[in-house]
Amino acid sequence: MWALAVLAGWTGRDIISILDFSREDIEELFRVADEMYKYLREGHVPRLLAGRVVSLAFFEPSTRTRLSFEAAAKRLGASTIGFSSEEGLSVSKGESLADTIRMLDAYSDVIVLRHRYEGSALYAAEIAENPVINAGDGKQHHPTQAMLDLYTITKLYGHVDGLTYGVLGDLRYGRAASSFILALTLFKPKHIYLIAPPSLRVRDEVKMILGEKGVNYSETESLAEVLPELDVLYVTRIQKERFPDPKEYEKVKGSYRVSLDLLKDRAKRELKVLHPLPRVDEVDERIDDTSYAAYFQQARLGVPLRMALLALVTGALGG
Amino acid sequence: MAPSKEELLVRRIRSGTVIDHIHAGRALSVLRILGITGSEGFRVAIVMNVDSRKLGLKDIVKIEGRRLSDEEVDKIALVAPEATINIVEDYVVVKKHRVKLPEVIENILACVNPTCITRQPREHVKPRFRVVSRRPLRLQCIYCGSFIEEDYVIRQLEVHRGY
Repeated sequence: MWALAVLAGWTGRDIISILDFSREDIEELFRVADEMYKYLREGHVPRLLAGRVVSLAFFEPSTRTRLSFEAAAKRLGASTIGFSSEEGLSVSKGESLADTIRMLDAYSDVIVLRHRYEGSALYAAEIAENPVINAGDGKQHHPTQAMLDLYTITKLYGHVDGLTYGVLGDLRYGRAASSFILALTLFKPKHIYLIAPPSLRVRDEVKMILGEKGVNYSETESLAEVLPELDVLYVTRIQKERFPDPKEYEKVKGSYRVSLDLLKDRAKRELKVLHPLPRVDEVDERIDDTSYAAYFQQARLGVPLRMALLALVTGALGG
Repeated sequence: MAPSKEELLVRRIRSGTVIDHIHAGRALSVLRILGITGSEGFRVAIVMNVDSRKLGLKDIVKIEGRRLSDEEVDKIALVAPEATINIVEDYVVVKKHRVKLPEVIENILACVNPTCITRQPREHVKPRFRVVSRRPLRLQCIYCGSFIEEDYVIRQLEVHRGY
């Protein structure tokens, strides 16, 4: 059943940054996710993780990521333990992340971690013997979101290569946007437009990778200008609190809102709009029922993709 | 060879380590990187701002009674990329070594990013940086990805817990 994939390399693997993976790894993951997708559709999911325990350690709030990991674990027959905020935990009494990780490592077979500090997942992986999956570390990485984003694009277009991408919004502090951009560097995009106000432009370390990998990209402040060229528009939220001056925020927020009128006026008919969600008002709700909207499909694919990841890193597919 | 004017400022050491060609004014930072505070009991001589053909002005550090390994001294390339290390035995230089910055700098510098896991006092994570570029100096935090540049490195090593 799994002969198509060389799966042994995944067992025990930590998922910290999308850059730890090769294109081949990602394609292999997608093949397994396709199998999971098929099981879900048919309503017969093998209990590959029966008897296993998955820790969901969410020190920061999350809806989609946490629930899709939980659903993924349970679909495969695993139990879950965990928490979804620091409240009521020993950490609020001063316990270190390191000690919390040691405990979860002893209680479970894999740890899914979201934490507000950059580098927390790598640190946790250095401590834990079992695999650690980074579900967001501060503003830095969100690798499983990036995997899911690329998976969605392969479902929509059949491939990631050769397309023109626009990544819009908070490219500086938004981990989903950074991870998506980094994920694209594993493939051969035709061009990436990084669309953001000057204060929220992509960080230097992300630009360094784009440069090293020889990716065609350009930075712009204007969505309308580049919209006609785009095959995929990846939208992220611009948060008011990122602006030192609230007046600055008021000035830019309108220009980073994606309205149906703008799409009808300027975009290709085949354009697909992705968004890691939650959204506030940056994507016009009138887009939801059009062929542009891919974000709900994107959210749905989170479950089979994360099922594939859990099954791979726990070695449940090895035999 | 007759000792030079600079060497005569501080008497020659019998055995130990002489670190030459340190950029002027950075001798104390070099000692800091090496973790030498003076309380270890070695005799340490510091000569600052002496003439140098190569650097204009330079500092020299002499440590009597301690032979530093290449690995130990390579870290000083952070602040003294031109430094040369002379290992002395019985007044004779038995080994010369030009410092070379290692690929990874561990536990010397703090990350610039306040929300990096290495900056959290509760966690005791050893900060680690990979060297992205030697000249100009550019390091990247292994944990959070932030870059730090030469001026930040120098400032941190000078200001932090001064002598």
